Amino acid sequence: MNQEDFPMLEKDIVYFDNGATTLKPKCVIDKMNEYYYNHTSNIHRGDYDAAIQTNQEYDHVREIVGEFINCDPNTVIFTSGATMSINLVVFGYMRSHLKKGDEVLLNKAEHASNILPWIRLAEEIGIVLKYVPLNDDYSLSLDNIKKNVTPNTKVISLAHVTNVIGDVRDIESIGRFCHEKHLLFHVDGAQSVPHMKVDFNNSYIDFLSFSGHKMCGPTGVGVLVGKKEYLEEMNPLCYGGGMNSFFEEDNSYELKEVPTKFEAGTPPIAEVIGLGEAITYLMKIGMDRIQKHEMMLKNYLLEQIKDISNIILYNKNSNSGILSFNIDGVFAQDTSIYLNHYHICVRAGNHCAKMLKDEMNIKNTVRVSMYFYNTKDDVDKLVSALKNSKDIFKIVV
Amino acid sequence: MDDNLKREIILDNYQDPFHKGLVEEEGYCKVNTSSDSCIDNLDFIMKIENNIVKDIRFDGEACAISTSASSILIKKLIGKPVDEAKEILLNYQNMIGEEEYNEDLLGELNVYEDISKQPNRKNCALLPKVAIEKLLGGLGNDK
Repeated sequence: MNQEDFPMLEKDIVYFDNGATTLKPKCVIDKMNEYYYNHTSNIHRGDYDAAIQTNQEYDHVREIVGEFINCDPNTVIFTSGATMSINLVVFGYMRSHLKKGDEVLLNKAEHASNILPWIRLAEEIGIVLKYVPLNDDYSLSLDNIKKNVTPNTKVISLAHVTNVIGDVRDIESIGRFCHEKHLLFHVDGAQSVPHMKVDFNNSYIDFLSFSGHKMCGPTGVGVLVGKKEYLEEMNPLCYGGGMNSFFEEDNSYELKEVPTKFEAGTPPIAEVIGLGEAITYLMKIGMDRIQKHEMMLKNYLLEQIKDISNIILYNKNSNSGILSFNIDGVFAQDTSIYLNHYHICVRAGNHCAKMLKDEMNIKNTVRVSMYFYNTKDDVDKLVSALKNSKDIFKIVV
Repeated sequence: MDDNLKREIILDNYQDPFHKGLVEEEGYCKVNTSSDSCIDNLDFIMKIENNIVKDIRFDGEACAISTSASSILIKKLIGKPVDEAKEILLNYQNMIGEEEYNEDLLGELNVYEDISKQPNRKNCALLPKVAIEKLLGGLGNDK
């Protein structure tokens, strides 16, 4: 649905790389251009019309985010993306609130951005990282989480939807469990917030990270949402203009309130405004419709692909628009190069989940990741290319 | 060279690569090579004795182009004096980079003469060159 909104789709392409980044609708591009053409100005400090408009639009995006994921707009922090959001949680909050021997529960399906910051913090202050084993279908169960919680466990950090397997974790139950056990709960929503309704206030989530560019928004902007009391105790990673109330020769200073204290320097203004437009656009379509459409397409793809004998599927049971596969005996990247011959955009590799190989015994896969603008026709083109893949090396070599 | 013959040589070397699989023996140096633009990840080991390339082996996961190029390059280099090996690598690099080169030095490696038409595959073809170059300590002349 809504293909006509996307300039990129005027080209003859099938875009199945939405897990990496999504296409941008014209309204988002126009909104950002409008800022550049008509009211370029910095936020917070101007008394002229353009600056007042920019300020209003920038601040209004927090309200849009608040409505979108049901959270207090004053707890919406703009970052450069989900990676920066997670780094802010780890180094801004956890570094000063965890101590040597405290345990953080992760799992091997996580993206690098939800593992490496923790590894670095373990190096710095001696926290212990534990990886909750995955089920046979690479999903994560609350039972396995419970089995790995000890009196030293302080944090559970996980992706709501993983980026290779696409399994949807039951964050409501996991959140409730964290709440009962007084564990901090960080959710990486990079692959879920763009695709389904996420309810911050009703999920016992303490911190939620996501990116703008994976949900029709521009690159360079993301969001961290957190419980107010935690954000008040969280330290900024960046200091400078816009986030302080005063500073003096005797080294005294005072920072502004949450969320401003986390946004030092000139933020990505056009990008934040563009993100607001993207979210408004998604809400108009409806997150439930988006999720339903993606599942319909994934099931349609599974139905078509099951008769192709040399395709190995890794995640046919996961409840999202992500399908990871290989052609038997063909290196994943050769498959993606082959599909590019048909203007089909997919991604090959480990998809930044470099520990997942320990669970799957395979390093690299081809990933199809869908969004609402994909169609059955797109799926037909992919299936047709895969059916012809006997001749793959005539094309890639 | 005829395109079908080129493809056949590349595929033979991809499907049944020469010296794929490492050995744990003394006298070998090892490097890992991967690139930002692709997901190929290969280890190479090499043994040099009396200034002669005695052995090269490789292992890992990589695409058809870099796997076959590793296989063909290794076949070409084993038994060569270090200087001659460097000369071959330099000419191979020049061919991929669309610069002047001596095709007589390259033998089967000439199957990649048109790879520059697919710019995103150049790095694949160069991956084993980069690794072996590192093992040889660069392509400069030591004399």
